[in-house]
Amino acid sequence: MRITVDTGRCVGAGQCVLNAPAVFDQDHDGVVEVHDPAAAAADPEAVALAATLCPSAAITVHRD
Amino acid sequence: MTSTGPRVVDFPLRRPGEAFPPPHYQDYRGERGLVVCHLPNGNRVWLVTRHEDVRAVLTDRRISSNPDHPGFPNISQTMGVPRQEQIPGWFVGLDSPEHDRFRKALIPEFTVRRVRELRPAVEQTVDRCIDGLLAAGTEADLVADFALPVPSLVISALLGVPPADRDFFESRTRTLVAIRSSTDQQRDTASRELLRYINRLVAIKQKWPGDDLISRLLATGAIDPREMSGVLMLLLIAGHETTANNIALGVVTLLAHPEWIGDPRVVEETLRFHSVADLVSLRVAVEDVEIAGQQVRAGEGIVALVAAANHDERAFACPHAFDPARTERHHVAFGYGVHQCLGQNLVRVEMEIAYRRLFERIPGLRLAVPAEELPYKYDGVLCGLHALPVRW
Repeated sequence: MRITVDTGRCVGAGQCVLNAPAVFDQDHDGVVEVHDPAAAAADPEAVALAATLCPSAAITVHRD
Repeated sequence: MTSTGPRVVDFPLRRPGEAFPPPHYQDYRGERGLVVCHLPNGNRVWLVTRHEDVRAVLTDRRISSNPDHPGFPNISQTMGVPRQEQIPGWFVGLDSPEHDRFRKALIPEFTVRRVRELRPAVEQTVDRCIDGLLAAGTEADLVADFALPVPSLVISALLGVPPADRDFFESRTRTLVAIRSSTDQQRDTASRELLRYINRLVAIKQKWPGDDLISRLLATGAIDPREMSGVLMLLLIAGHETTANNIALGVVTLLAHPEWIGDPRVVEETLRFHSVADLVSLRVAVEDVEIAGQQVRAGEGIVALVAAANHDERAFACPHAFDPARTERHHVAFGYGVHQCLGQNLVRVEMEIAYRRLFERIPGLRLAVPAEELPYKYDGVLCGLHALPVRW
């Protein structure tokens, strides 16, 4: 599983940090960052939820 | 209306005292998902009711939030608050990219981490309000004495309103948001006094910056001091009555379902179940666009009904049941797309602490009137309660 985030689209709602805190964080500007890509494998459901809830579709989960 | 055309319904969709969410939302979702209503001014407006379609509408770049477009459904007055032309910085009425400058400047103030830092202050505020309840006797109106003061105090602290000015600030704010107990003229006066006060506060923070949202926002240089009044009024209005309504309705729901008291999942389910901001997501198509198989023309107004979406049986199992254990989390109570509520994480924290501390400290809390006599309100924009008489 690979995750890409589009920081240009991010509107800082924080849904990803709330639902998959092991994987996502917000930087100083409140913009999404993947702080531990390895953690995604441990909880793919949380990552999928974060992607679904993101209001600006800034998170893409690639299942390759 | 032809047999193949969309159904035309009355407006307003519901009236004070009626059940919520309106039972006819289910019919709308079942038929085509999209119905038409005519506003009192004759404008034709599309009502979007299915969860999938609401999310699509709120993320479609061909659909605008700008109320200056002819055809924008001005079904809700902004509670005495002036509009864009009089108040620059009222950025919920702007589209990307103009909107994004404001949003981006404000995001750092409402990140999950920042809101977590605010928790102790919110808890202190909640406890102080409960101290007041307990000191005053064995009964209270939880709307006036708890649900409204909590967000009001949290916001004034966040903005850096000096303690000496808080009484003034809160009384004006409450006049502005208390739809039933204040007249149009009182709200007008309160709105003007608040704007004047905010402008003065911004001028003070420019000279003597402090550790507060206004000072930090000014320091970014992204927002012109003249736009600050709109930005701050927006934060004030958006974070106030909505939060209060969620706190009050959540308490009523918990009293009816005491088995959920103490469970933090109540917050998310209360947001979905009550969807207090049902009529807030107003839009207008700026190009022809297809929604739920229907052609919506450029210039036609659209209302994305979040309560209808949040009770869509396609998206939620048994949507009419209050079930904090449900696994579906994709409600749109805070809207969706670039305008999704900026303060949502703060609201969540306020709700969670309010429910927890209230029932911890006043375990004997109960309604002082029969549940069916509670004065539910529907002011055209938000759903809530005029009052919540309780005793313990």
